[in-house]
Amino acid sequence: MRAWHYLIILLLAVSAPFILPDYRTQLAFLWLMVILALSWDIMGGQMGYNSFGNIIFFGIGMYVCAVFQRDSGLEYFQGLLLGMGLGGLAAVIIALIIGNALLGMRGHYFAIGTLGLSVVAGELAGGWDYIGAGSGLTPPLYPGEISERNVFFYFLFFVWAGITFVSLWWVYRGRFGLAINAIRDNEDKAEAMGIYTTRYKVSAWTLSALFLGVIGGGVGNLIGFIDPKDVAFSGATFGVWMILMAILGGKGSLWGPVIGAIIFHVTQELFWTLFLGWQRVALGLLIVLIVVFFPEGILGWLRQRYPHRMRDANNSTEKNKLNK
Amino acid sequence: MNNELLAVRSVSKAFGGVQANQEISLTIPSGKIIGLIGPNGSGKTTLFNSIVGYHPVDQGSVRFQGKEITKMLVPQIARLGLLRTFQQTRIFSGLSCIGNMQISAPVVRSGLKSLFTKFPIDDMEDIEDILAFVGLHSKRHLLAGQLSFGQQKLLEFAMALIAEPKLLLLDEPTAGINPTLINGLIDRLRVANQELGITLFIIEHNMRVIMNIADHIYCLAHGQLLAEGPPDKIQNNQTVIDAYLGAN
Repeated sequence: MRAWHYLIILLLAVSAPFILPDYRTQLAFLWLMVILALSWDIMGGQMGYNSFGNIIFFGIGMYVCAVFQRDSGLEYFQGLLLGMGLGGLAAVIIALIIGNALLGMRGHYFAIGTLGLSVVAGELAGGWDYIGAGSGLTPPLYPGEISERNVFFYFLFFVWAGITFVSLWWVYRGRFGLAINAIRDNEDKAEAMGIYTTRYKVSAWTLSALFLGVIGGGVGNLIGFIDPKDVAFSGATFGVWMILMAILGGKGSLWGPVIGAIIFHVTQELFWTLFLGWQRVALGLLIVLIVVFFPEGILGWLRQRYPHRMRDANNSTEKNKLNK
Repeated sequence: MNNELLAVRSVSKAFGGVQANQEISLTIPSGKIIGLIGPNGSGKTTLFNSIVGYHPVDQGSVRFQGKEITKMLVPQIARLGLLRTFQQTRIFSGLSCIGNMQISAPVVRSGLKSLFTKFPIDDMEDIEDILAFVGLHSKRHLLAGQLSFGQQKLLEFAMALIAEPKLLLLDEPTAGINPTLINGLIDRLRVANQELGITLFIIEHNMRVIMNIADHIYCLAHGQLLAEGPPDKIQNNQTVIDAYLGAN
């Protein structure tokens, strides 16, 4: 990827809501999908720790932001932005607490340990009156036109997706990336070489929580209604999708989850329009096809098929650094 | 011995009913090459694991440079300068050889801030030098998983060297290596010991190798320390020969 590639992507992203004004919400959700896939891939792809529970940070961010907006009495934009920050903070704190407990487990045990997290969180939120219990919570209304609102959320999500991407690019190219890759390849060896693996694992989990926790508040406001099980702690939809998208694109790479998110979101929207009533069946079939034909993801498949053309994309940051 | 680097005092470890290590005491003096031999299943690797903190010991104590390390965690012990390599070679297969070296370099280990920093460039020279020393310089950009088994063993050795340990425990360094390369490996072990000042404690089944390079040898059998002494004494020790060949 050269500088002008990024420039074209940037131009496309900025102009997209004006070229396709009818699809602004869908385009905003596209960036959400990118954030979900990228944040899952920190653990699942780069570190080899498959988590099924990351969605709780999304829900926590959503609730914290909405409650803050409801109770702080601040004006809409201040309330939203501060609330999103607080949502990220809350997600980070909770990630630190449960991370230290859960990350003592490895491999399949960790995956199973995280499986129940979203169910527990959904049940707890559904029984707590202060946050609306089972009847959910409605964030304040956007003070303005619907079309203006959609543009606002589009750029809000786009900016956070950009920040997520750039932050991950930055941490993956340094020690942190190398250490979590080492943990993925052989955790015992990493410890034997003196790497404090628990510290890295908790950091990766916390980073993941930060990106999800912040965007959660924005999503709650865009959807306009927070249901504990179907929106906030939606393990069966967003929770599974983030894993699928990362695997589809190619986990363990920076661009893989982005590509996976785009293809997945577009396909899913097409299924809604083309096979209404059968969209879940089509989605299920797509999942089977992904696993059977692209076990390494699209990026992994491309690298196997065109090793020379794709060599550039294969860890280009590292190569450049070494050719000093 | 006044310059003792590692002191193992009556260490025992049992797995269920199997007594893998029984009251083992040994001393590694600084600057030497010490061998550890014994038939299969005699508890050599268990002793290594006990020393580096891989599992808690049932009794006894391990002191490194006079410091009690019996209850410390694996990475803490590694940072003190006591490293081990594995019998089943362990490298980071998804990283390039250089990546494997970078993550093993000691600078990686300083503090929380280093979590998010880049690599200092001057590391690269040491890394390239050591890769050249073990003969992997031309392979440095390859993924470690693409190397042959013998090359992976050399890479693991190189990773241990870049970490600048004071004491290096090597678990069967020549196992699976082409016999013609073994001489080269012996030379490299000697250089590591004499020029880099790394004390070596080596488990080895290849008697020619271990008798050749070790200053002192400990022999285990059935989890107990059977004999110790200089190589020529061990070679002629009847109890050692019986343990290997089976006494009648």
